[in-house]
Amino acid sequence: MNHVLYDAPGPRAVVRNRIADVVVVAVLVVAIGWIIYRLYESGQFELRRWEQFQYIAIQRQLLEGLWNTLRAAGIAAVLAIVFGAMFASARISDHVWIRVPATVVVETFRAVPMLILMFFFYYGSLQYDLGLSPMWAVVLGLTLYNGSVLAEVFRAGLVAVPVGQREAAYAIGFRKNQVVRTILLPQAVRTMLPAIISQLVILLKDTSLGFIITYNELLYVGRQMGARQEFGFPYIPTYMVIAVVYIGLCGLLTLLANRLEVRGRRAVKTARSPLSSDLPANRDTARPDKIPMGKS
Amino acid sequence: MSSVLLDNWELFRIGFLTTIKLFLVAGALSLVLGTLLAACRVSSLPALRAVGTGYVNTMRSTPLVLVFAFLVFAAPKMGVELPSFFWAAIAALTAYTSAFICEVVRSGINTVPAGQAEAARSVGMTFLQVLGIVVLPQAFRAIMPPLTSTAIALLKNTTIAAGFSVVEAGSIPAAMAERGENQMVTLFWITVGFLILILPLMLAQRWAERRAAVPA
Repeated sequence: MNHVLYDAPGPRAVVRNRIADVVVVAVLVVAIGWIIYRLYESGQFELRRWEQFQYIAIQRQLLEGLWNTLRAAGIAAVLAIVFGAMFASARISDHVWIRVPATVVVETFRAVPMLILMFFFYYGSLQYDLGLSPMWAVVLGLTLYNGSVLAEVFRAGLVAVPVGQREAAYAIGFRKNQVVRTILLPQAVRTMLPAIISQLVILLKDTSLGFIITYNELLYVGRQMGARQEFGFPYIPTYMVIAVVYIGLCGLLTLLANRLEVRGRRAVKTARSPLSSDLPANRDTARPDKIPMGKS
Repeated sequence: MSSVLLDNWELFRIGFLTTIKLFLVAGALSLVLGTLLAACRVSSLPALRAVGTGYVNTMRSTPLVLVFAFLVFAAPKMGVELPSFFWAAIAALTAYTSAFICEVVRSGINTVPAGQAEAARSVGMTFLQVLGIVVLPQAFRAIMPPLTSTAIALLKNTTIAAGFSVVEAGSIPAAMAERGENQMVTLFWITVGFLILILPLMLAQRWAERRAAVPA
């Protein structure tokens, strides 16, 4: 995609590139080989360090950790979307006394580290005896942060719908509520779906902060498994398994987001086809790619 | 309210100083590593591109806490020991953040008009010259706003180091719990501290956004 930066290689460049490729691959092989050697040398491939995955009780413990991760992510995702929708509509309100507090809330929760938000619920529950389990501290922390980010995503989506849509709806006598709900929102959600899913990937990853406030999620289980002396402290095997699970889950969601994005782009193109047919063909290449925003 | 802050001033001061240190060191290292990764991802060598893509995609799908856990708990088991928890935190934050910076830089490279690179090539510049002298300086202008977002994310992510024995701002609540101080007030002051640290970054972002919005 960045062939802008270099010409189609001539015969000499082809040879040079091939040599450079071989060098890169060689360096990579050496690096990976060194890692595997270190793993082997420190006995990470010994059977006793992998043994524990055979035990039903330990498999069940891992699955329980995964379930806890997914459960916290699921609840927080639903709550964050509700929170986001509420605050996005508050932020586009015509009343100053709704708009300003909503803006303050959204901006504050976006600026505070998520771990600190979780601490508020975790320590707050201990101090005032609220009886919130660590899971709810995780879920509420995730909701406030991701809800605020989603509020901005929704708002940006509503603003991005062409002005004509809104004007036409007002012209035929719609009220603001109707305009937003029946005209703007359906169109905004479609364009915003990839961004929403990317944010949910972040939310899923951030459930791992529960590790620090003793929520029994996947990473917390991993710490316990890795610390078992009878299996020779199998931290590395355990974290390898957990990394594969996280990367798989997030990879699937990202794939979905990319699919939707490609589909959305195609849909827009077909809708415009009568006009765009006489525009230069490379119109799209001149347009900047989307710049990823937001947090980790 | 303020007595919690004033009585434990030393704890807050040391905590936030370490946070700032983590942010600056990891930020500088991520910027370098992220730009190098972006250069890999746009290079003409398929092998380098694959390395860059593989690294970025893996890192972006891995929770930062897992990166921390791996470096602090697992790496010593294979004989890779970092000098201190502080440097383990730096390594984890850098490994993670540079993947995001890579993506920001790469998208910035895409905003530079193709003619710029073509003109640079036509006067005989090499790939590295085109990238370093012509494309990247222009790209960095366009990516200042998203780069600040990544910086803010990094600043907030430093709190995770608290879970891995680094005494920084995120570890203040646990220490205060031992002293029997009011936790909510403690957390309030930590929040204020982070807002003070983040505010200049946010203002810089607004400013960069306005500047980038003016057609060049």
